[in-house]
Amino acid sequence: MSRYGLSVWIIIIWILGSFVSQLLPLNISQVELEAILQGPTLEHWFGNDDLGRPVFDRLLSGSYTSCIVALTVICISVITGTVIGTLSAYLGGLFDQVVVRVIDIFLAFPGILLAIALAGIMGPGIDNVVIALSVVGWVGFARLARAQTLSVKHRDHVQAALVLGSRQRKIIFVHLIPLISAPILVEATFGVASVVIAEAGLSFLGLGVQAPDASWGSMIRDGTRYMLVAPHLVLAPGVALMVVVLAVNLAGDRLRDQLDVKANIKEGET
Amino acid sequence: MLRFLLSRLLSTVTVVIGVVCLVFLLIHLVPGDPVDMMLGENAQMADRDALRQALGLNQPVSVQLLSYFSNLLQGDLGNSLHSRIPVSELLAQRIPATVELAVISLLLACVIAFPLGIVAALNKGKTWDRTAMGASMLGVSIPNFLLGPLLILIFSIYLGWLPVSGRDGLASIILPAITLGTALAAVLSRMIRSTLLEVLHEDYIRTARAKGDSHLQVVIHHALPNAMLPIITLLGLQLGVLLGGAVITETVFSWPGIGKLTIDSIMKRDYPVVQACVLVISLTYVVVNMLTDMVYAWIDPRIRIGGRI
Repeated sequence: MSRYGLSVWIIIIWILGSFVSQLLPLNISQVELEAILQGPTLEHWFGNDDLGRPVFDRLLSGSYTSCIVALTVICISVITGTVIGTLSAYLGGLFDQVVVRVIDIFLAFPGILLAIALAGIMGPGIDNVVIALSVVGWVGFARLARAQTLSVKHRDHVQAALVLGSRQRKIIFVHLIPLISAPILVEATFGVASVVIAEAGLSFLGLGVQAPDASWGSMIRDGTRYMLVAPHLVLAPGVALMVVVLAVNLAGDRLRDQLDVKANIKEGET
Repeated sequence: MLRFLLSRLLSTVTVVIGVVCLVFLLIHLVPGDPVDMMLGENAQMADRDALRQALGLNQPVSVQLLSYFSNLLQGDLGNSLHSRIPVSELLAQRIPATVELAVISLLLACVIAFPLGIVAALNKGKTWDRTAMGASMLGVSIPNFLLGPLLILIFSIYLGWLPVSGRDGLASIILPAITLGTALAAVLSRMIRSTLLEVLHEDYIRTARAKGDSHLQVVIHHALPNAMLPIITLLGLQLGVLLGGAVITETVFSWPGIGKLTIDSIMKRDYPVVQACVLVISLTYVVVNMLTDMVYAWIDPRIRIGGRI
């Protein structure tokens, strides 16, 4: 199997596993005192954590957290960003100028900083993580959609639709957005990887999901305290996180080559 | 050139004003009463009133914004709610540590990325290229809050070579700098590879080769200088990733910089300090990017004549 095939399989397993895990009777908060910091056993494949909870069950539950946050944030960001960016480029004028300024202002906050500040001020919790990451996430898509729309809005078929009296809404949704969807799809794939890392990062800082719910980030944070005696507590969620992010990035690379989208200067930004 | 500089400066000023407004509004984005968030819902009425008075929250938002701006212009960022120390003093204590970490990480990233990118570009499609790009993909995919603990486990706990945390001498900066620099090195090496590959097809490279210049001479004297421009811009943009990542890296290593101050203040609900940290980090990023653009325009006349980047 090629590494791209493998990465697609990993992504499918991640998404399916996340949702299927919700149907399984997981024991994410079952404390077993005699199993504290126990290494992998036949019964508990990935061992037990500092409270004796099974790491495997928590890993699956954390997978659901990262998957649901990533998919929600990317959906919100792509839809909001694409609509605002396309509208801005298509309408032009004052609206466009305002949008460009707002984009510039949001891009002035480096990396994950604004999300950390927002999540920190709004208080911990998964909803606030989704809000914070979406507030930061739409900007990249808006900028991309705007730039792409500017390059295609003077094409003949758009002008023809305009002359034929098509409504603006139809021109934007039927004639413009499908044309610019390839680079947005590629950017969205890389975006999933960024959001998975960002969610885990916020949870690592204690701003994400709260106990007893599990997130790969909070599992890594809790595990670092016992790294010497029980390295599996960090390695299990760490390897899972890396494998998923690597798979999504590889799939994004492949998609970009296949759809022939020129590399974006901000690729790989996390 | 002057016209370009002025227009760039003007757009920076607009962005700075926007950033200040957004940072000011952060505290008002809190659902409910920010004073409740800071003191808890069971606080005494008198304490709430005192805090509201201290933060100026009893005035209309527009008045608060104006006084925030006028205080900022005088270098007054308010006082910490927790320690009562002026925020500017707290920042002054922390900024050197973050600058030190950022600069060393940046240098480290360049030292790793340039050889990696050049070797990959010169051996396109071969084993060297695949190995280098595989390594860089791994670097992009490993988050700093995982890399940091792993490095501590190997180099501090098992091997005992380097300190686990804190800022005490040269040895203590090595692990945080590697943690922070790895992702940057990964992105940078990919960028260097792709820009070099574009440049290597140009006519002047063929001419240099025809003159009999060695492979390395062609790269160092002809290809790299021309590939440097987009790389400089990328470095400016990536500084943002570095500054944002510093928040997590500093927390992992208890590095006493502005990033750790941000997280500590979030945990203590010391919002004036959080606001100031976010503001200072973002403004640094904006100013560095403005300077990068200006250097870029100074080096490449096509940009200042075009008038826009």
